[in-house]
Amino acid sequence: MSVLALSFCFKVAAIAATTGLPLSSTNIFAPATTPAKTIFGLSMFVLAVTAAIFVVVGGLLVYSVVRFRGRASDADREPAQVYGSTQIELAWTVIPVLIVAVLFLATARVIHAIQDAPEPRTALDVTVVGHQFWWEFRYPNLGVVTANELHIPVSDPAHPTPTFLKLLSADTDHSFWVPELGGKTDLIPNRVNHMWLDPPHPGIYLGQCAQYCGTEHAKMLLRVVVETPSDFAAWVAAEQKAAVQDPRVSAGRRVFESTACINCHAVRGAPADGRFGPDLTHLMSRATLASGAAENTPANLRLWIKNPDAFKPGSLMPAMKLSDVDLDAVTAYLETLR
Amino acid sequence: MSTIAIETDNHESPTRPWSDALHEWVTTVDHKRLGILYILYGLCYLTIAGIEALIIRIQLMHANNTFVSPQVFNRMFTMHGTTMIFFVVMPILFGFANYLVPLMIGARDMAFPRLNAFSFWLTALGGLLLYFSFLGGNGLYGAGNAPDVGWWAYAPLGAKAFSPGHSTDYWTIALLVSGFGSVGTAVNIIATVLCMRCPGMHLGRMPLLVWLNLVMSGMVLFAITPLTAAQLMLLVDRYLGGHFFDTQAGGSATLWMHFFWIFGHPEVYILVIPAFAFLSEIIPVFSRKPIFGYPVMVAATIAIGVVSTSVWAHHMFTIGMNSYANSFFAITTMAVGIPTGIKIFNWIGTMWGGRIQFKVPMLFCVAFLFQFLIAGLTGIIQACAPVDWQLSLSYFVVAHFHYVIVGGILFALFAAFYYWYPKFTGRMLSETLGKWHFWLFLTGFHLTFDVMHIPGILGMPRRIYTYEPGRGWDTLNLIITIGAFIQAIAILVFVGNLIISYFKGDHAGNDPWDAWTLEWSVSSPPPAYNFATIPVVASRRPLWDEKHPEDPDSRYE
Amino acid sequence: MSTLTTPITPAPRSWALPDRGKVAMASLIIAESAIFTIFVVAYLFYVGKSLTGPTPEQVLETPVFYTICLLSSSLTVHFAAKSLEGGKHVVFLSLWCLTALLGGLFLSGTGQEWHRLVYEKGLTISTNLFGTTYYSLVGLHAFHVAAGLVMLLVVLLFGVAGRVSQREARRIGVLVMYWHFVDAVWVVVFTVVYIIGR
Repeated sequence: MSVLALSFCFKVAAIAATTGLPLSSTNIFAPATTPAKTIFGLSMFVLAVTAAIFVVVGGLLVYSVVRFRGRASDADREPAQVYGSTQIELAWTVIPVLIVAVLFLATARVIHAIQDAPEPRTALDVTVVGHQFWWEFRYPNLGVVTANELHIPVSDPAHPTPTFLKLLSADTDHSFWVPELGGKTDLIPNRVNHMWLDPPHPGIYLGQCAQYCGTEHAKMLLRVVVETPSDFAAWVAAEQKAAVQDPRVSAGRRVFESTACINCHAVRGAPADGRFGPDLTHLMSRATLASGAAENTPANLRLWIKNPDAFKPGSLMPAMKLSDVDLDAVTAYLETLR
Repeated sequence: MSTIAIETDNHESPTRPWSDALHEWVTTVDHKRLGILYILYGLCYLTIAGIEALIIRIQLMHANNTFVSPQVFNRMFTMHGTTMIFFVVMPILFGFANYLVPLMIGARDMAFPRLNAFSFWLTALGGLLLYFSFLGGNGLYGAGNAPDVGWWAYAPLGAKAFSPGHSTDYWTIALLVSGFGSVGTAVNIIATVLCMRCPGMHLGRMPLLVWLNLVMSGMVLFAITPLTAAQLMLLVDRYLGGHFFDTQAGGSATLWMHFFWIFGHPEVYILVIPAFAFLSEIIPVFSRKPIFGYPVMVAATIAIGVVSTSVWAHHMFTIGMNSYANSFFAITTMAVGIPTGIKIFNWIGTMWGGRIQFKVPMLFCVAFLFQFLIAGLTGIIQACAPVDWQLSLSYFVVAHFHYVIVGGILFALFAAFYYWYPKFTGRMLSETLGKWHFWLFLTGFHLTFDVMHIPGILGMPRRIYTYEPGRGWDTLNLIITIGAFIQAIAILVFVGNLIISYFKGDHAGNDPWDAWTLEWSVSSPPPAYNFATIPVVASRRPLWDEKHPEDPDSRYE
Repeated sequence: MSTLTTPITPAPRSWALPDRGKVAMASLIIAESAIFTIFVVAYLFYVGKSLTGPTPEQVLETPVFYTICLLSSSLTVHFAAKSLEGGKHVVFLSLWCLTALLGGLFLSGTGQEWHRLVYEKGLTISTNLFGTTYYSLVGLHAFHVAAGLVMLLVVLLFGVAGRVSQREARRIGVLVMYWHFVDAVWVVVFTVVYIIGR
């Protein structure tokens, strides 16, 4: 009974996904890129095959349980003692072998189509570096370094401009998973992995780290912002600029540059070159702080600097133990880094 | 085959001091007593690991919950997984094997009784060590407590740099020690089965439970030991400055993954094959027919054992192996489903044309068949590597493997408890309480684990102590938690049944189920020496031959 | 309680099953082989991958003499066991003693090699990947030789005390299986470390 309910749920999820009903923003059955759609197609095929097997075998089981129930009337007679049947054994060996052959061929095709897809010249290269517990995004050909929010352009199927990701890790294992944009690929230290996406529609796609990487694995969230070519170009141009130098927050800049902040963080155009923590040059262009742990508001930013454990206990940013005056100043400074 | 044995009263006389009884049990080398020790040990840890599961489920009941801190949560899922696999399921299965194998082959004990005891106590020590970590795990700077690296302890998370203190060491050494115990038991079972069968019982006449435990033991030899090797390497890294998994020195994190899963995948077959063994004994008796296709069942089990050594990297589909490697492991994983499916068909074939009695053991067996079918099918779904690129590391996988371990193995274990408890204690378990246990547990199980597939599909990764609201996971997680509590209540009913029936259950007699294997020819419980005279057998069902001398199996085999 | 009568099936004429000591030792050998295989795989995987020196070519010297010692100890132990079966106690004890000696020579050779590597060549288990995998693999094997040597000495002690006779030949045979296994592993380790890995 609950299995029937389950398959009903599957169908609802699939239908809802294809009609765009907001069941969830991270639904693997709402694919938005070529790899995701290919996987979705294979999933439906496999689901259909396994559902058929379930109906047949489950049906036989139900039948045998009902039909061959012991009745009080034949209490003292044993049924016919059948030991086996070579023909039946052969039949139910050959059929599964054929099913496996079919499933394997379908699977191998998709594996090859996704993993061995050649990178076109029009592709955008992004290097993703996984950290405990945040994401670093570098655009090597554009001179852009940012964190936690990945901006990529749409890819028009007629003139594809996919994004090819190179996946690295600075510490432990992580996994890049944005379900609607494709399957996940791990980020493993001392290893280079690759994946690609070609979303045809702009939008914000959510995901998070999927490989347990330590205390705050749960709060290593992902935001992928897919933009039209013009919006993307504007974003790149803004990111390429050095940090805003607003004279009104010089007090805060001094606090930032003289305390330990610059050991971990980088701000282009300032003497801050730390690589351990996220690049803050354009911190205010991001919607969230701490890789999705909190909304990017002045109050949250102040609290994060004062006590990171308030949002993310176990994150590697230490509580900076600044005085209230310094805290206000540094927050005001960071608020200017658009 | 004389069974007019003196009914030994295993209940101690009232004037005997309890310290005597304790001493007897602690120093026993009798396979039956050791079997019971293993089972009781496993049941204790079942309770503890079950509480850990409830803590996990309460924390995940709704988004951004603060029932426990992330540090505590991470320890909970690590300890829950490690405990359930190594200190619940394995001990209980070894316990049943210990008790039943010598009886079923007409022997008086295992081949090496003292090794048997030593293996048990090693396993017991391992469990205690693992839990001592809650007290002793603090190392330098107070870091560390119970292990929190997941039950796989992936590199480099398990390295000194990322796991300071001793928590990971407790994980490593506890499993190392109990691993030696497991190998000892496996060696013992193999030697017993190959060298101590009663006259007439050649390999083709052994009960399937004996065959399957033989295959399982063979697998233990080459599956547990890679974990031993990997853990020795981890200790070298952590304490001798080694670089086996040190990515800064050119080491490979994926090498640990390979070694771990070369152990990890055959391990789950080591867990499930004894469960298959229970089914293969119980279903025939309650269908009143012999097992359908005995030789095929043996061959399929051996095939599973062999093929399962070639599938391990299906746990690693997302690590970036090339398309050829992914395709290889996809097809081997699908292939291992074939002999497994054949076994399901043979069990149905056994029931077909039978006269099925729905006593409690059979209820659990029928549920197993449905649930294991589903678990196998979700396994086939994930064997298609690209689909696994979405489903891996999500709650879909958690649902799948709990479906196998709880819906499959635990249900088979419950069947075994209800079936053999009369033999172990001389009393029947209450059918009424048994039915309550069954229906409660079935309800809770399906509520939890059917629903759990959905958050996985909706993008919920595993091992997260909390989650964002608005991703569609909230209500589902609440339902899952409710199901967990229903299962907990069912377990309480079960434990209650075990205790009450020991004192108040109906007397069982030698053969309450009208069964056909040798353990039912001796008293319940059996005398210390098992058989007064070593039996001689001529077929797979010696008691059937005795009860039906006009139509013995020996005529047809 | 059902009353069952004695069976009407006659006992088979001969019912001989394998010796459980040999089966147990064979099973243990399979398990140990799996452990060694993993260490060998790690060794081979990391050949040439060390980020810093020294490299195998720079520091390793082929231990020909000690290899001959260990491999001939398999011969001596085999003939020792044969003599015991034939009841020749003195021959058994002398060959057994020689086996232990050859095993001890092998271990001392390993020790000397390690001393040279650590103090003259600067290679320790923490130096680089080669150091880690080399000392682990060779060390694991040496540990198994040492364990076997202890067992050999225990038997020697009992033998000298006059307690080992033909009746113990079967059990001695089980220990001899273990010793042969340790030698076979050395053949593999030697090939991997001193031939393939260089």
